[in-house]
Order: sequence, then C-alpha cells, then structure tokens
Amino acid sequence: MAAEVPRKKKKRKGRENKKTRTVLPNTLSEPNQRYANNQIKTTKYTLLSFLPKNLFEQFHRFANVYFVFIALLNFVPALNAFQPELALAPVLFILSVTAIKDLWEDFRRHRSDTEINHLDCLVYCREHRRYVERFWKEVLVGDFIRLRCNEVVPADVLLLSSSDPDRLCHIETATLDGETNLKQRQVVRSFYDLDCDFDPLKYNSVIECEKPNNDLNRFRGYIIHSNSRRDALYKVNLLLRGCTVRNTEEAVGIVIYAGHETKAMLNNNGPRYKRSKLERQMNLDVFWCVVILLVMCVFAAVGHGLWMFQYRGQRPVFEVLSPDGSDLSPITSSLYLFLTMIIVFQVLIPISLYVSLEIVKVCQVFFIHQDMDLYDEDLDSRLQCRALNITEDLGQMQFIFSDKTGTLTENKMVFRRCTVAGVEYSHDANARRLAMYQEIDSEEEECTSRGGTLPRRDSIGSHHSAPMHHSAPVVLRSHSTKSHRRTGSRAEAKRASILSKHTAFSSPMEKDVTPDPQLLEKVNDCGAQLDFLRLHGRPWSQLPSDLADIMDFFIALTICNTVVVSSPDQPRHKVRLRLELKSPVKTIEDFIKRFTPSRLTSGSNSSSSSSLATNRSSARGCSSILSSPSAESTLTKLEEEQQQSLNHAFSSTPPSYDRKLWQEGAKLRYEAESPDEAALVYAARAYKCSLVGRLPDQVTVELPQLGKLSFELLHTLGFDSTRKRMSVVVRHPLTDEITVYTKGADSVIMDLIRTEDTGKRRKKILFRTQNFLNLYAADGLRTLCIAKKTLNKEEYTYWLQRHLEAETSIQGREELLFESALRLETNLQLLGATGIEDRLQDGVPETIACLRQAGLQIWVLTGDKQETAVNIAYACKLLEPEEEILTLNANSQESCALLLEESLHYIQTKFLSSSSPFFQPPSSSSSSCHSLPFMVHRLGLVIDGRTLAYALDRSLEDTFLAVARSCRSVLCCRSTPLQKSMVVKLVRNKLKVMTLAIGDGANDVSMIQVADVGVGISGQEGMQAVMASDFALPRFRYLQKLLLVHGHWCYSRLANMILYFFYKNAMFVALIFWYQFYCGFSGSAMIDQWYLIFFNLMFSAFPQLVTGTLDKDVSSETLQRLPQLYRSGQNSEGYKPYMFWMNMLDAFYQSLVCFFIPYFAYADSDVDLFTWGTPITTLALLTILLHLGVETKTWTWMNWFSIIFSIFLFFSVALCYSATCPTCSSPSNPYWTMHRLLSEPLFYLLCLITPVVALLPRYFYRACQGALFASPAGLGAELKTGPVFEPHFLSLSELVKKDCKMSSDFSKAPANQDTAPQVKEGTGRTPLVVTPASTPLQVQTAGVQVTLPPAGGSQPVKYSRKSEEAEPWQSDHAAANEKQQLGAQASLPITV
Amino acid sequence: MMASSYNAKEEDGPHSGTPGLGGAAVTKSKKPDNTAFKQQRLVAWQPILTAGTVLPAFFVIGIFFIPIGIALFVTSNNIKEFEIDYTGVDADSPCYSCAKDFSWNSTTSCTCSVDFKLEQPFESNVFMYYGLSNFYQNHRRYVKSRDDSQLYGDLSALTNPSKECEPYRTSNGLPIAPCGAIANSLFNDTLELYYVDSNGTRKEIPLVKKGIAWWTDKHVKFRNPGGNDNLTVSFEGNSKPVNWRKAVYELDPTDSENNGFINEDFIVWMRTAALPTFRKLYRIIQKKSSNTATLPSGNYVLEITYNYPVLSFDGRKRMILSTISWMGGKNPFLGIAYLTVGSICFFLGVVLLIIHHKYDTRNTSADIPS
Repeated sequence: MAAEVPRKKKKRKGRENKKTRTVLPNTLSEPNQRYANNQIKTTKYTLLSFLPKNLFEQFHRFANVYFVFIALLNFVPALNAFQPELALAPVLFILSVTAIKDLWEDFRRHRSDTEINHLDCLVYCREHRRYVERFWKEVLVGDFIRLRCNEVVPADVLLLSSSDPDRLCHIETATLDGETNLKQRQVVRSFYDLDCDFDPLKYNSVIECEKPNNDLNRFRGYIIHSNSRRDALYKVNLLLRGCTVRNTEEAVGIVIYAGHETKAMLNNNGPRYKRSKLERQMNLDVFWCVVILLVMCVFAAVGHGLWMFQYRGQRPVFEVLSPDGSDLSPITSSLYLFLTMIIVFQVLIPISLYVSLEIVKVCQVFFIHQDMDLYDEDLDSRLQCRALNITEDLGQMQFIFSDKTGTLTENKMVFRRCTVAGVEYSHDANARRLAMYQEIDSEEEECTSRGGTLPRRDSIGSHHSAPMHHSAPVVLRSHSTKSHRRTGSRAEAKRASILSKHTAFSSPMEKDVTPDPQLLEKVNDCGAQLDFLRLHGRPWSQLPSDLADIMDFFIALTICNTVVVSSPDQPRHKVRLRLELKSPVKTIEDFIKRFTPSRLTSGSNSSSSSSLATNRSSARGCSSILSSPSAESTLTKLEEEQQQSLNHAFSSTPPSYDRKLWQEGAKLRYEAESPDEAALVYAARAYKCSLVGRLPDQVTVELPQLGKLSFELLHTLGFDSTRKRMSVVVRHPLTDEITVYTKGADSVIMDLIRTEDTGKRRKKILFRTQNFLNLYAADGLRTLCIAKKTLNKEEYTYWLQRHLEAETSIQGREELLFESALRLETNLQLLGATGIEDRLQDGVPETIACLRQAGLQIWVLTGDKQETAVNIAYACKLLEPEEEILTLNANSQESCALLLEESLHYIQTKFLSSSSPFFQPPSSSSSSCHSLPFMVHRLGLVIDGRTLAYALDRSLEDTFLAVARSCRSVLCCRSTPLQKSMVVKLVRNKLKVMTLAIGDGANDVSMIQVADVGVGISGQEGMQAVMASDFALPRFRYLQKLLLVHGHWCYSRLANMILYFFYKNAMFVALIFWYQFYCGFSGSAMIDQWYLIFFNLMFSAFPQLVTGTLDKDVSSETLQRLPQLYRSGQNSEGYKPYMFWMNMLDAFYQSLVCFFIPYFAYADSDVDLFTWGTPITTLALLTILLHLGVETKTWTWMNWFSIIFSIFLFFSVALCYSATCPTCSSPSNPYWTMHRLLSEPLFYLLCLITPVVALLPRYFYRACQGALFASPAGLGAELKTGPVFEPHFLSLSELVKKDCKMSSDFSKAPANQDTAPQVKEGTGRTPLVVTPASTPLQVQTAGVQVTLPPAGGSQPVKYSRKSEEAEPWQSDHAAANEKQQLGAQASLPITV
Repeated sequence: MMASSYNAKEEDGPHSGTPGLGGAAVTKSKKPDNTAFKQQRLVAWQPILTAGTVLPAFFVIGIFFIPIGIALFVTSNNIKEFEIDYTGVDADSPCYSCAKDFSWNSTTSCTCSVDFKLEQPFESNVFMYYGLSNFYQNHRRYVKSRDDSQLYGDLSALTNPSKECEPYRTSNGLPIAPCGAIANSLFNDTLELYYVDSNGTRKEIPLVKKGIAWWTDKHVKFRNPGGNDNLTVSFEGNSKPVNWRKAVYELDPTDSENNGFINEDFIVWMRTAALPTFRKLYRIIQKKSSNTATLPSGNYVLEITYNYPVLSFDGRKRMILSTISWMGGKNPFLGIAYLTVGSICFFLGVVLLIIHHKYDTRNTSADIPS
C-alpha cells in the first residue's frame, strides 16, 4: 500500500490530462463516481425537456422556421390575412405530428432501456463480502462482476478470473459484430496463476487504460500492481458489453467502462440520414417556388400601389383606413401588402411536402422490406433498409463499386489444389467430387426425391444431423450467416444451414477433401520415416528434405491459424486436450532462463523426473497472486519442463497410428474467423494431420504415425490487411527449434523468401511454385503461400526483446507490434502454396449482365491478386472473352502517367478516330463529365493497387478517369480499403454520378460510407459492412431487383409525387393570385381561410400518398425483363428541370380555367365573395384529384378509395363547417353557403365542365405521347398487357431509337475491332506502334497488354497484342515472363 | 445491452426479429408474408393513355356537352333583363346634378327620375337589382370590417364591438351599431318604379322588400339584440354609423320584422360581393295573375332618391330588372362554354382518331417485329 500515494497523484493527473482512465476497485475506495454508471439512457428527451428540445430540433429544418415565421407574421395587425390562430394550425399540426412520432420512438427506446437496465447480474458487495444480485444499472466502474455461463456481459469488463483451467473465457460476439464463432478471452496475465477463487478483497491493483472509444478491436492499458509491477492489457482481456459468456462456468472481472462509455454503446449510432439526389433537385425547385412567390408578391404589391394611386387621395368608401384611423400612403400600403401576400401565398411553398415525402418513404421502405423476392430462405434473412430516406436514389445509380470476395463470391472456401516443395498435387479426385456435387445439385433441384444415390453425402447428412438435434435448444442465434446452396439438395442445404449456426464454415463439401493419392502416399511415407527416426533416436533433420517440407507444410496448415476446435456433440464446447501446461513467454528473462540450458538436442531422451507438476502447483498460490518465483526455481522448472515436453512428445502417445483416435479426430469441428483458415485445416485433416486442440499457449496436432504432438505456441502474429500474412512462432516439439510458420498472400510472401544463400533446389522450388501460383490464380483460386523460418536462440532473443517492448507500450503499440512482426517475417523458406476456391454466388453473372444492360457501370475493387481477380471477373461475366483488356501495372508515378497517356491514345485511336468528336482531352474531362451516358467501349481495364495509388494522385486522376470511364468494366486488384473509398470518391465527385458501393467485409466499410448508397452483404464476414450500409442484402443477386424494380419504382413514384406537389400548390395559390386583379390587389382571398389552410393537409393529401406509395408505372416483371428501363432513372427522366416548369405552366393554366369559368359564370350577379369562392375551391379540388388520376398508372382499390374519400371528406367537412356556427370564422362566415350551393344547378354544371377543360390539354398530351412518341417505360407498361414477345425485339427496335448514342456505340465497337489497328501519331511526343500480330479471327479475342519495366529513365513501352485462344491466364502468365514474349513482338522504344 | 445495440435495427423494420435477452429465443422465420398488399400485387387497373384508349372519352364528352350547352344557351336567352345606368355622369343625364354636388353629410336628399321603356313584357316574377360597378366590396380590409357577433344580437358585442371594426368601431365614445366599414357604406339610394300608361298617368308598381335576403341570414345570422320589440331601447347606448343618416332602428320603422339588424336591405348589403362589378337584389315585383304580365311593355319611370356617391371612385350605379330561371340570372356564358368545350372535344376526338389510325399501330401489330 506504499504505492497508494503516488497512485493517487497519477489519478489526479489522469483526470487533468484526460488521456487515460484510472480504475480503482470499489472494494478499496469509494466507487468511481466520476465515470458513467451502467445505466443506459438512449432516449433523447425527458418529460421536461421534450418540448423545448424537440422544437429546437425541428427548427433545424428550414421549412419549419419559414412556416412559423409566416404564422407569426399573421399576428401583426396591419398584415394579417387570416385569423392568426388559424394560420398557426398547419405549422402546429406538422410540428406535432413529428413530435408525436419522436415521442413514440423515444418511448419505445425508454421501454427497452428500462428492460435492459433492470437485468440482473452478480456484483461483489463490500459489506456482505459476497456477490449479490444487482440491476445492470447499478453497476459502477470498479465493481467486480461474476459472470456465469450464458450470461450477457453487462458492461465492459476486464477479465480477472475464470473457472476455465486455461484461464480463458469464451464469448460470443454475434450481437456486436455478427460473427458467429466463439472468441476466447484471456484472464489478465498477472492473475493467470491464480488457481482458486478470485477474492476481490485481495485485489489492490490499479488499472490505467485509455479513454472510452468505439473501437471494438482495440483496448490498451496496463495494470499496476501493489508492488509497482506493470502488466499490459489487451483486447483479449476485455469482455465487451453485449457479448454472451459461453462454455465457461464462471468468470470474474472488474468493470472498466460502464453504460454509455462501453464500446458497444459507443458503436451504437442510429440510422443514417442522407439527402437523396432527387431531394437535392427538389430543394432547388423549392427555391424556384420561393422566387415565384416573391415575384407574385412584388407584382401584387406594385399593383396595389397603383390601384391606390388612381384614387389620388379621394378615399373611396371601400378603402378602409388603418385601425388607428390614419390614412396609408400607397407606398406604405403596398409594402404592407407585400408581407400580407407572402402570408396568403404561403401555400406555394408546400408545407406538407417534407412530411409527406417522409411518410411515403417510410411506406416504400416497408414494401421493400416486405418483398418476398428479397428474402433468402436459406439464410433466413431479408433485406434491411437502414437508411430510410434515400430509397429513390436506388433508381438513379450509374456506377456500382463492388467488392469481390463475399460479395460476388460466396466467401466459402473449398480446398482445391496445393503445391508442396515445387511439386503440384492437383487433387483431381477432389475436383471430380466437387463437380459431382454440383451436378447432383442441379439434378436435385428438379426432383426432390432424396434417395440413397450418393451414399457419401447421405452419410454426411446423417453425420451432421445428429449433433444438430442435440444442440438446437442450446444455441441462441439471430443471424445465420451461412448458406449452402451448392451443397446438394435444398433439404440438405437447409439442414446444413441450421447446422451452420453452430459451426462456422463447415459445410460437408468444405470439410471433405479427397486427398491426392500421391501426396497422401508421401505424407504416410513421411510419417513412417519420422516414426523410424524417432525409434532410432535420430534427429529430425535426417528426414529427406522434400518429406520434411511436406511435413512442415502440413504442420503449418494445421497450426498457423486461429481456428478453435470444438467437439461435434457440443459445438460450443471447446475440446480440452492439454498434454502439458506451459505459460507463454512473458518476459525476456523468462525466455532466457528457459532456453539457457543447452540441452536442446532431441537425442537427449533423458527420463528426468516429472517434477513439473509439483513445481507448478507450488507456484500457484491462492493468496499470493503475484508471487514471482525466484529466478532459481524458474530456471530449474523451465529446464525440467523442457525435457518433459520433449519426452512427452515422443512417449505419451501410442506409437502406432490409432484408427479410433483418428475417427474421433474426424468428428472435431473447427471454428475459424476466416473461411480460408477452416478450409486449410480441413484439408490438412484429410491427410491425417489434424488439429485436435488449441489453447492460447499450445497447439495440439495429430500427425500420421506419430500421434499427438503439442507445439508450444510462443507468439501469434495475427493477420492484418497491410502485412497480408500471419505468423505463428512455435517451438517445434521434434526438433525443439524456434520455428516461425507464415501463411500469407503470395505477393508478400514471395518477396520475403530468402534468396541469397539458398541452394539450387530452393531456387527451383521457388520458381516452380511461382508458376503454379500463376496457374492457380488463372483458375480463379485464392492462393496462399506457406513458408517457414527457423530461428536460432540469439536471433529469437534479439527479436523477443524488441517485441516485448512493443507489447508493453501503450502509445503506438499497434505500430510497434507491426514493425516487430515485419522484423520477424524475413528470410523465409518457402514450403508450398495452396489454391482455395471461392465460389461465385448464385446468379452473379446474370445479375451483372442485367445491371449492365440497365446502363450501370460496374467496377470491381478487390484486395485479391490480379490474376485471381481477372479470372473471377471472367467467371462472373464482368469481362467478356471478346473484350479487350487494358492492364495497367506501373512501378512509378512517371510510368503510370505514361501508361495512362498511352492507354488514352490507344482508346482514342482505336475507337474514336473514325467516329465522334465526343471524347475530350482529359484536361477538360472534369467539365465535360456531366453528359451521360458517355462512351463506353468494349474494353476492360485492369489496374493493380500500386498503379492505382499512382493513378489516384491529383495530377493523374483526370487521365485515369478518362481512361476508366471509357472502359466497360474496371477491375482494381490489390486495393486497400482506403483506395477503394478513394476510387469511389473520385468517380463520385469528378464524374458527378450516382455511385453505389456494395461489399461485405470490414474492408469495404469506408467505400460503403463514401458512396451515395452503400449496400452491405450480410454474409460471412461479420456485420461491420452491414452496420455501415444503407441497405443490407443477403445476396448479391438481390441487387437486381432492389435497383431495377424497387429503385425504379421509388424513383418514379417520388419524382411524380414531388412534381405533383409543386403543381398542386402552385395551382391552388394561382387561383388567389388571379383574384387579386379583381380585388384591387388587396390580398383578399375568395377561398375560405379554413379551406385554404387545410386544403393541403386534409383534402388533397391522401390520394397522393397512396399514389406515391403504390403506383407502378411498369410492372415488376417487365422491369426485370427489360433492364433498359432503368436508364430513365439514371438520366433523371422522371424529374427534369423542364418538367417542373411544365408543371408550373400547367398549374397556371388549370388555375386560370378554375378561376375564370366561375368568374364568367357568376359575372355581374349578386353572388357574394365566399359563395363564389367555395365553388372555386371545389373545382380546384376536383381538378387536382383528377389530375392525379391522369397521372396514376396503376389503379388499385386504394387509389379509388382515397380519391373518393377525399371528395367525400371535402363535402362533409364543408357541409359541417357551414352548418355549425353562424358567427364564427369571420370574415367568411360560411353559414349555409355549401348547402345553398348544393341546391343550385349552376354549381353542378360548373363541377362538370371546369375539370374537363382544365385537364383537357394534359389528357390530350398524354394520349398523343402514348401514341406518337412512347417512352420505353410506356412501352414496358404496355408490354404487360400486350402479347408476350421477345424482349430483344424491343431493345433492338424501340429502345435503341431512344438511346441512339448507346446503340451506335455498341454497334460500332465490334466493327472497329475487325479493323486492324493502324500506326497512329500520339500527342506528338510519343510515337507509338501497335502491331497487329494476329489474323482478324484471332483479333476478336485479343488482349492488349501495356506493361512497363520498373526501371526509370528511358523506358520502352510495349503494346503487345497477342492472340488468346486459350484461357486468359496464359497471357498474364506470359506477361510474367515478358522477356521472351516481348522479344517476339515488334516494338518501338519510347523515350521519356 | 443487446437490445440497445439493436435499437437502430429495430427501427429499420417492424419485423426484423430481434433476439431475446440472454434467453434462448426461438428464431422466428423472417420470411415476409405473401399477401397481395405486401407484395404489391393488388388487383389493379392499368389504363394506358394512348390515342386508341382515350378516343371514346373525347367523343363521349363531346356528345354529352353539346346538348347541355344548347339547353343552357336557350334558357339564358329566354331570360329577360333590363338594365339602366342612373349614375349621372353625363351632363344630360337626369341625375347629373344629384351626382355632382353630393356629400355624405348632406341632410337634404336629392331626387331624380329616369324614364325608360320596356320593349318586351316581363312575364314571371321580376327581380329588381341595384348594380354597382368599380366598387371593391371585396377589398381585404373592407371585407373584414364587420362584427358578426354584434349582428347576431350579441349584447356584449353591441357594447364592445370587435377590433376588426376599427376605425368604424366607436363614434363620439359610443360603440357603433352596426360597426365596421361594410355597414358604414350601406347603399342608401331609394328606388321607386312607376308604370306610365298610354295616357301618361303614373302607376306605382308594388315592390316587395322582404324575401330578398337569404332565409338563413334573416333568421339565423342576423338578430336584433333583445328581440325585435323596442329597438330604440336596445340600441340606446350605441351610435349610428358615421355615414348613416338615421340609426339602425330607423331602417324600416313600419315593420318590426324588417327593422334593425334584420332589415333585409342591410342584410343583403352585408353579404359582400365577390367582384367589383356586382348587383344586389333590391326588390321583388311579384306576378299578380297568370294572364297579365308582371311588367307589361311600355314606358316606366324610375324615381331615385340619390344618396349614394360613386363618382369619386369612378363607380357606376345601375338599376336592373330581370326574370330568373332555374340556372339563375341571364348569363349566356355557360351555354357557350359547354358548346365550345363539347365541340373541341369532338374535334380532338377526330384528331386522335386520325393519329390512332396513322401512327398508333402498335396495339394491333405489336407481336410482329418491324
């Protein structure tokens, strides 16, 4: 307790600089009051604050402020046009509707908060000296919490003790990130040795950690013990709020962050709000409405001034003095009038527009959400709309940026082939088996009979169904993230999907790998040899090197991962197989002590006494958790341990291969964080190298002939996207060497292979492996390289020292660890490589073809290597075989610039020299980008990450865009998340297009956030993408319906609705404007103020809402059959600026009709003001409703009902209103007006003729439009009713006429391809020769390779056109060996 | 905390299943309901507007409207109407002198008489209107300047009229009854009609002054404070409108049912006209017997007590005699409108027919690729 005082100081300091948080246990000190407690309050308001706060929020919307301002204007006596109270009504109505909605939402939140706050948990109580039940909300920072199995963690808790013998706690984080596998959390290292129950009273350490933040994957801090020892804390020590404890009887922890400061809560941000393109356009037109309003007001004011001026001071009797009796001059009077007119004409700015839009969008979201076609039965998941107000943007997309893995593909990895030590094992049998599955799959789609035709799969089926039954009730799962569409029949798929809720990534197909006989033989051979060696006490190094490589390869496959093993009966129960106990290397001293004795030879098979157990148990002290044993004892202990382990490795398992054990092993399940890991482990198991247990410090592996071996796991350097590899540092039990196994992307591993002092064989292996890698990539397989490295003691010590430093630092720990990993992963020895297949999702090629037909440009941005990406692109029809492909690979800024220039010239010379001056030089491209659609050629662009980095440079981005946008498809490989988002941003900002980004993983999040619409695939890689997205889909193929159908509908509905809104208000207001000419511009209105104000809110509101929600201009089937119809949305054809003005004109015409027909009908009669105004209101209403009828394309009973209801509502309200109070609502005082009107035939005659006259032009125009120049959408609509005919007829004859640009482009492209490229002069600087090296027939499948050698200075740029009869990978492959290839091509060096 | 981290999601859709708290929740299928409404497959009628489909509508409108138009036109033509301007703008007009030297405050009334001749006899009931032109009774401040409560007989409003009546709310400290600009500017010309028979003798034509206002106005909206008897006492504390020569209880002293606020001339005036040129019903000349015309053709004299000045704002005063039909007064507009619209529709129908036959061939031959 001596350290108490300085600690206090630190605490104060911590509070001052606010960089860290200090947590003291509540058993020692007063509760940590200054930190938030665990009560959560997600509500925005309290009872008291609701009104002011809600109003304040609502007034952030400009329109509300405007309307309140106008309502307040009404209170000025000189101006007031209406009863002031009445003028407030609509604003209050709108505000209160929103407020009620907010209140209801808040109430719901409040209820769920209360529910959560009153959950129980066990908190240690100082007084009672035991754990007592408390509500969650009573938990404070510094409290000790006991968690039992299946409990939800109430706050962010630092794990101090666990009943698990390995000091682990298993948690499930599905609610946080959607990942379904179990995660392990470790007890803080200093409490690791604590064997008995953790006693909170004995705890007297202080925790210093970072301030609350929302990074789920980071936690940094250290714990200071009373003896001033510090221990670092990691994210593996932290149990996050919301996780569920599994497989662990009991765990105790101290609360670090509570309530709103927990990471889960900090991550919990509500739905996103974006402005859609349509809304932006609309806001511009709202602005125009304001201008029209002002013009009208000024006009009226001037008119009033003039009108007054004509009396020249002789005040007529009807010119009333101002209330104070003073005479107003014409100028002041017209000034007042201006303001009055703003009040009178306020309806022109549609007050209910925003509210109506929101209502309609919510309804649209509801319908999208309800669509059966967007529901995936296998996954039991459907579309989620996370953003509620950009539905119409879906109908206007122009660019799609897609991730590849998990988005286009299943992200379910199937092991296909591998190469070890330069020998390829093709796994033909496995390939055949997979092919068979697919066949069966398609067969069984048709006939659902489940016979025993395939005993193998049947056995698998039963094999899996058994555990399923056991565990179904235990498992709690909300998301299923797996699908098994291809695993066989639907029934099986379903079963598998239920099953997959328990185990990650383990469909039967993935698990079963038919071993390659050749390799199996070698493995067995190897095992036998090892067995022999062991029997004869020979060192492992005597193993033939190829066999050693094979052994190492499989060991690496088995242990170089983070796979957790669980038994099949209880999927959530970890297999406990500890052969020995050993703590990981904690300190450098520890290590040195451990390894100092030079008894590391495997030959020393000394039978030293097993004092380990006693030694260990003595070290465990219940009371002295931090009793560090003396150096002496540690040393001896470690020595013994060492020998014990060696001894153990060879003796503890039966010498012969135990068939039964193997069978058991086969039943084990693997839960992996990434699917490739699982695939690899399963593959290794096929060769009887199976992972049987994993603990934080130890991996147990079963090897053929050798039995179980345990590897001491010294370090795991996890995978990250920058390094693109992971490594494990283990002590090899056979050789006892410190071995590093590294697994990673071939591009990075190949660079790290030791090349200098290697033998010929190694070089050969390297070369051959590279070739095989290219082959794999060409097959569309994901390649991983496996390498190893043996460290000697000094090297390891040196590295370890630095590594430990890195581990314990708080500031910049990530960077230091990263550097540390880089230091370790060098000079590797290549073992082999694997090829894993990532299947395309169902319907991806069709969807891409369809979206492309719809005029969407699809870019694929992937982190995969170029060859893999290209081949997947071919597989999903993103690239067509007859397409030319521009490949951009550059090593420097200059070469990239040059490449882009060349590509641009190439495109220009090839496609544009003959045809159009459409294309503009890149310098002005940004200004000329607005015109869509631009030229899209049958060209594919492939660019890799490094070149992309150069191309995204400010100086080159315009050129890059110019090249990219003239290509039909663009493929960016090896791109980082940041690059992905930069590409999206670039395209979005420079081309001014609507972009959609779709992805499934955390690496797509930034891209999803940048795009106009972000779509997440709720797939295999957790929920991060979904959390960031606006829409979440279960599958890529659903994008088709989402965009083509729902997008189109939402867009056309909202576009029509907005136009209609503007029309409606303008039409209504114009009536009053015309009247000003007949009332001396005095601001008088013949329409009763009640009608005027409630017209929008009540009488005309419902039909437009119904139409805005339900109208379908084209049926769903047609939209999907004719994707071309989507172009109308892309070109904003539903809402163009001229349409606004046309609608305005129509509104003015209609209002003229509605005004002047009653005017002339009642001219020079004894009609009074409001008896004349009421028919006008009625006529306007009828006209407006019928106008909507003309514009409605689909009439359901709801449309009929809403229109009839509106009319009925108007008349009933009017009748009631004019029957009630004879003295109220001055000045109109409509007593009996409506009744009298209804008794006059004239009224009905007016009602008959006026709407007809008003709508005649529009109706006639629509009829002519339908007959003479039908739009594609109109044709599509007809298609449904008309006879069924081939869609291509339409696309050829009618649509192409509309879209002549596109069609001419398409028809020209193949024509151009036949003509051989000619020698063209470039910009003048770089003459370029493109030589045709093939016959025209071959040209059809030609690819253009633009490659630049890395060296700077004078560089030869080569265009090589070569025929590609075979698979395209050959060209890439050939490019790798470009020297020979290029030699054959005629080329001309270019001097830069 | 599960649920709170799911809040955002819950709001996304009403049906996104959320896991239960801690307990084992049986995952309900998220499959949407397959109903016609939710799947947007409601039975619908999809009218497609093309020449072919729209054609019938045009012809129907044309065929329907033209007869209505003819009927209306004929009806309007059968209405007899006679109008005479007695403003006295021209020097040779009889009321010139009255119009010229006028002020609201003059106590003596000026009278003038206008001779006119009816060419045709008026058979049925004849309505006598006075018409004003260029009189903006619909001016915003004018329209508002009244107190309906006061007119409803509300005693509190009688002593304390509405603010809307300003500046015609009080006069000499007393509240004005009826207050406001509308009442203040009450039309106060008196019109009398004489038939001059062939021998030159004048015969006064009986003019009925009741029944000219809306029944509801007379019986519901307008009431005298404290009933109809002894109006003098009722209006004791009130002052007369500034421009009025007599108090409100002197409007028709002969008939208590037509005096005070329920004076029908007053009620008619209080119903503000919609347009600056308007007419207001003044008297009704009832048909006496079935065999004699209400107003036989011949010479008439209109005796005017000229009180109401309109020349200052370039206004006109007229006297109108008119019979009415089921569709109101004489107004050929609607008939012409119906005729015109009917003909236009018919014409457009023909145009569409041509378009349909010439261009719109898709419906008939859609399945034959061109």
